[in-house]
Amino acid sequence: MEESKSRHALALSALLLALFLGGWQLAISGGGGPVPDMDPEYAALMGDIAKGGSALPSPLDVAKEMWRHISDPFYDKGPNDKGIGIQLAYSLTRVLIGFLIATLVAIPLGFLIGMSPLFYRALDPFIQILKPISPLAWMPLALYTIKDSDISSVFVIFICSIWPMLMNTAFGVASVRRDWLNVAKTLEVGRLRTAFRVILPAAAPTIMTGMRIALAIAWLVIVAAEMLVGGTGVGYFVWNEWNNLSITNIICAILFIGLVGMALDQALHGLSKLVTYTE
Amino acid sequence: MDRNNLISVEGLARRFPGAGGDDPVTVFDDLWFAAAKGEFVCLIGHSGCGKSTILNILAGIDRPTEGTVIVDGKEVTGPSLDRAVVFQGHALMPWMTTMGNIAFAVRSRWPRWPRSKIRDHCQAYIDMVHLTGSENKKPAQLSGGMRQRVGIARALAIEPRIMLLDEPFSALDALTRGALQDELLDICAKTRQTTFMITHDIDEALLLADRILLMTNGPKARIAEIVVNTLPKGRTRSEFHRHANYYPLRNHLIDFLVSRSEALRELVAGVDPRKPPAVFPRAEEPGQPPAVIADATA
Ligand SMILES: Nc1ncnc2c1ncn2[C@@H]1O[C@H](COP(=O)(O)OP(=O)(O)OP(=O)(O)O)[C@@H](O)[C@H]1O
Ligand SMILES: [Mg+2]
Repeated sequence: MEESKSRHALALSALLLALFLGGWQLAISGGGGPVPDMDPEYAALMGDIAKGGSALPSPLDVAKEMWRHISDPFYDKGPNDKGIGIQLAYSLTRVLIGFLIATLVAIPLGFLIGMSPLFYRALDPFIQILKPISPLAWMPLALYTIKDSDISSVFVIFICSIWPMLMNTAFGVASVRRDWLNVAKTLEVGRLRTAFRVILPAAAPTIMTGMRIALAIAWLVIVAAEMLVGGTGVGYFVWNEWNNLSITNIICAILFIGLVGMALDQALHGLSKLVTYTE
Repeated sequence: MDRNNLISVEGLARRFPGAGGDDPVTVFDDLWFAAAKGEFVCLIGHSGCGKSTILNILAGIDRPTEGTVIVDGKEVTGPSLDRAVVFQGHALMPWMTTMGNIAFAVRSRWPRWPRSKIRDHCQAYIDMVHLTGSENKKPAQLSGGMRQRVGIARALAIEPRIMLLDEPFSALDALTRGALQDELLDICAKTRQTTFMITHDIDEALLLADRILLMTNGPKARIAEIVVNTLPKGRTRSEFHRHANYYPLRNHLIDFLVSRSEALRELVAGVDPRKPPAVFPRAEEPGQPPAVIADATA
């Protein structure tokens, strides 16, 4: 029963993909001439592409290009021509470092906020103000003070991933069932042991959810940050290919970004399975 | 109060702040009772009269607004490993196995014990509550009765001087409840454990308790009466209801729960709260009111 359902879902997914690719192919081969009401300035900027030909690559072009990237992901021919693997690795490294530091700050701080109503009240106004700020708004400030584009991107990742983890940790810690805390109390369990053996495992699923949200946001933000800062990374790659007017490569990069994002989420999903419990 | 008492509750009151700045709500007031070493005391009263609050104060989790609890000559100021609690909900850690839950308690009691000794000790109590074979199951994989038994094993395993049980079997079906009552009866007979238990179940109280405290309805609840169990010791679940004193006792308790718990609120007004009357419902001399003796510690 379950199995046949998932097979149906798979078949439907394949069908949708085929329809999408078919539609794409049709649109490419059908629309030839220049777009009639194009802004002349923009047409000049676009050069050849605006005058017809293949404005957009066909699915097959993209597939070929994807294959080229996959078969040689790590080549390095100077600053403007690096393999997609290297670019993704740069982005991943920044995300992971920023995310890791944010975890190290957010979880202990979230514990403190969750356990102490005083701290919660004291820190709440700061959190309320800082949380809605777009992480990219910090970028100029970071560049000015840190004077290093690499560290600045890591900082932006740090800033954007800290809030979901902080909020979720505080919430998870504050909503640990009274009963479990009372058990620890009647057993005269010390504060530290209660924190690690009762509160942490009880709040772990909520904390993991915060980590998943944070990592997803971090992966969204890194592309934008690297577009701003330039140099290396998949965001820079996309921007660079835009300057080269290589739509095929942009589409490839988009697909890679999606795939890596999915892999990151799946990894954390696997981790969170280890700490979930059923009551 | 009597110096032989292990637990002595003296002038206990608990008030909660009223909702929205109202006057504080007095759950109970000027509460006095005691329990001797090795005694099994049950507390019966309507829902919401403050039974769990009393138990939490005895456990040291909650603090009284007035009065003191004295255990073994010392005032209770906080929780202690000498007083084990079986909570109203089983309160097992869902991420730990049966063994893990019990070992958590045992390690708290004897932090220096080596792993193997803790294991053996836990195993003994797992066997005692007949959970052999479920050591590595998580609470979610156990039935309600099994979970409650893990809770009891966890409380017993730290070898407390006093067991505090808050309606441990109320969420169970009658059959399971009966089986667990038998086990508890057995364990208490073996260990001569001093036990304080809250229950709604009259038969459970009559089977297990030496004395039954009857609590009036709140707010400002009081101990109205202390019913001394006149059924002989060595009771068994299959036999105890055949004893001549069973129905007088049972009727007395039901009567209390159904009608007198409300009426007694007025009646107790004149009684010295330090000495709630003790009653001995018996079969002899039908038609006579039960003997009322003014000494609670009788
Ligand atoms: N933290 C609290 N704040 C305010 N009121 C409370 C609090 N805890 C308990 N109460 C009140 O105290 C009264 C007694 O509660 P308690 O849990 O002791 O009842 P109980 O006798 O154990 O009832 P039950 O048989 O249903 O378990 C209730 O009326 C409840 O509303
Ligand atoms: Mg209760």
